[in-house]
Amino acid sequence: MISVSHLSKHFDSFKAVDDLSFSVKPGDIVGFLGPNGAGKSTTMKMLTGFLRPTSGDITVDGLSISEHAKAIQAKIGYLPEGAPAYGDMTVIQFLNFIADVRGLKGDTKTRSIQSVIEKVTLADVLDRPIENLSKGFKRRVGLAQAIIHDPQILILDEPTDGLDPNQKHQVRELIQQLSKDKLVIVSTHILEEVTAVCNRVMVIADGKLRFDDTPEGLLKQSRYHKAITLHLSYQSDISGLAELAGVADMEVDRPTGKVTLFPEPGMDILHLVTEYIQLRKLPVDTLYIEQGRLDEVFRQITQQEVA
Amino acid sequence: MSQVGTIFRREFASFFATPVAYVFITIFLVLSGVFSFFIGQLYERGQADLLPFFNFHPWLYLFLVPAIAMRSWSEERKSGTIELLMTLPVTTTQAVLGKFFAAWAVLGLSLLLTFPLWLTVNYLGNPDNGIIVAAYLGSWLMAGGFLAISLCMSALTKNQVVAFILAIVVCFIFVLSGSGVVLDAFQGWAPSIVLDTVASFSFLTHFEAMAKGVLALNDVAYFLIVMVIWLVANHMVISQKKAD
Repeated sequence: MISVSHLSKHFDSFKAVDDLSFSVKPGDIVGFLGPNGAGKSTTMKMLTGFLRPTSGDITVDGLSISEHAKAIQAKIGYLPEGAPAYGDMTVIQFLNFIADVRGLKGDTKTRSIQSVIEKVTLADVLDRPIENLSKGFKRRVGLAQAIIHDPQILILDEPTDGLDPNQKHQVRELIQQLSKDKLVIVSTHILEEVTAVCNRVMVIADGKLRFDDTPEGLLKQSRYHKAITLHLSYQSDISGLAELAGVADMEVDRPTGKVTLFPEPGMDILHLVTEYIQLRKLPVDTLYIEQGRLDEVFRQITQQEVA
Repeated sequence: MSQVGTIFRREFASFFATPVAYVFITIFLVLSGVFSFFIGQLYERGQADLLPFFNFHPWLYLFLVPAIAMRSWSEERKSGTIELLMTLPVTTTQAVLGKFFAAWAVLGLSLLLTFPLWLTVNYLGNPDNGIIVAAYLGSWLMAGGFLAISLCMSALTKNQVVAFILAIVVCFIFVLSGSGVVLDAFQGWAPSIVLDTVASFSFLTHFEAMAKGVLALNDVAYFLIVMVIWLVANHMVISQKKAD
């Protein structure tokens, strides 16, 4: 359980994090979303005790981080931005070092290292110096380092940045496997990532919390949520669609010929639309319900002017 | 305490994983040989002792210790591993001590590897080996003083070259604070107590007796205090300024 109250961090006159309050409980997989420079990394650095807040407090399981930093850090697994690691060490040396620092000994240590190597598939590169590894492997070494002690709290700063689609998929699966009863905070600016792995989304912009709900809640914010998009195989009169009760608006995308019908808030318009199509025998070849468009919601939330 | 050991092992191994330790030890051995024989006239003096060898140590350390210490913290800052290190359950004190002892051990190892010189004087004559051991210990203590200063300078910046130059400058002031170069700056306006205090900071003065094999309590205490003060400063720099 992490609770953050009125957290602020100022760098000179710049407010990187501005009066942030939230709490996260075990089982939550939180996606930290926000444009670059929004304060995601700064917040994570304060959660892990690397940076001291200008004001406000963070407590983890009832302990305040300003007084019990080391006890809290022992519970946390952290992947800093860019996955820094000691380049002159080989992968196995590095994992051994982290295991030692984490206080793992004897059999437990051997088993932890073994299991982490399997989980993030590092077996092929164990004896290579980290500085010679590809970006994907470096990121995986960083992940391995973060989960080696099976932490209750996992904080990952852009874990999939710079990975190819297969590696991204792997990392997401890993996060999902890990997080049965754990508390995970993942920062990212990849929107699909959030719906793929998280059960809670926080959007941060200009150091402020702009949104905090489930990924579905985020999709619901979209104008496109439950909108219907259809395509006709040849030109016909569709003006009647816009007149249907419950349809608020109709948009036609000229280049693709796709027609999108926006519902009135809270209305389900699928049956109305399909009835109309059957009645008029419209030559529809594609029809689907939109889930909501994340990029549009993201822009809407993060670019709103501060009043 | 075990955390200090873990950091120590990582740092010590890292000196040998990169060419740093090998280059350092080689240069140290070559230079100390050159200084002792060609400039110190170890052979021509006809005395069975290592005084010419030890007399050059302050000057060797002046350049070599900052060189071995410069990457210690700068590299952590530059590569971002400082964020990793400081969010592991390791206190700043443990990290500072681990790094210090690792580099100090490399310096100790370099000193030990000068044993052929000791064999040489024992072959040529009958030196007082007690004096030589004491002088070795004194030299290692002084190296610790140089090292603590250099590590603190390394903590100040993420640029290794800047760390190196800063360390040389500060070390140079400490080496020469008993001599005219530094004292002249105070002469004439500062009261004599200031002058005496500044003069008493000199590494050269404190090492003079040690090089002759006399481990006086005040000299030993002086170098220990120098180490403690600069390590505390190092700790303060790191805890005040962790990022960038």
